[in-house]
Amino acid sequence: MADTSTSDLHRNHPLENQLFATGNVLIKPGHALARISLRAAGDQIEEINQVLSLDLPDSPKTSVARDERTALWLGPDEWLILDNLSSDLHELPKNLAQMLCSAVDISHRNTSIIVSGKGAVGVLNTGCPQNLSMEAFPVGACSRTILGKSEIILLRIGTSTFHVECWRSFSDYVWKYLVDGAKTL
Amino acid sequence: MLLIHCPYCKEDRPELEFHGAGEAHIARPENIADISDAEFEKFFFIRENQKGLVFERWRHLNGCGRFFNAARHSVSDKFICTYKAGEAKPEITEEQLASVLPPARGDK
Ligand SMILES: [Zn+2]
Repeated sequence: MADTSTSDLHRNHPLENQLFATGNVLIKPGHALARISLRAAGDQIEEINQVLSLDLPDSPKTSVARDERTALWLGPDEWLILDNLSSDLHELPKNLAQMLCSAVDISHRNTSIIVSGKGAVGVLNTGCPQNLSMEAFPVGACSRTILGKSEIILLRIGTSTFHVECWRSFSDYVWKYLVDGAKTL
Repeated sequence: MLLIHCPYCKEDRPELEFHGAGEAHIARPENIADISDAEFEKFFFIRENQKGLVFERWRHLNGCGRFFNAARHSVSDKFICTYKAGEAKPEITEEQLASVLPPARGDK
């Protein structure tokens, strides 16, 4: 009988070995990450902050980072938590099990694409209608929005560097959309 | 592009992130199992479809995900205001309504 343990299996990144670069923009797949989709009401936040060792952001379009752990405000009671793969973030659903909230591991539902360079805003704006100027969308700003027909979550991690989070099954579309955008600039 | 003010994100965002969800302030009958077919039809299917001032539900689908309500002019499509779900229908002044009227016929 075949060995059914999955620990030694290699998980393919949906955009493995992809890379696109022009003179002013670099598009590359992001590292594999641990991700939690968190829904919680106001009176739970303080306790969750302690478990997370991080203060969840409470204003629209903001994120809070501590070491490699980042919490992104997605809605009034919804956050996306990112951390590196070897962190203890995957323990969060278990650690919050006694509380009235929802923490779901979506590490493998999403994947990310990093868009950087002085053409990054231009490339994203070929499919994303948001104002991505530094005034409206400074470093650390984040938002769920759209790129073409696909939902994405944008996080500005540097003046000209963006983390684009999308569903794994949409990543082929998002990748091609961004590359097409970069070619037309 | 039309910009819509999301009362949860507290800023104007592009219309592509939003989804219209029909007439607002429709109360579901509490005794839904007891009402007649005619009453159910009225609650479930019949809508005002006013020409002019309308109150609508919208959802910031590709944003914060929240449903909210909006007062809008159904001919000019312009928004008067948006407000959080659960809040009372706002009073719309003559002035507010005048500010979203479509151009009069014959105007070029
Ligand atoms: Zn919103």
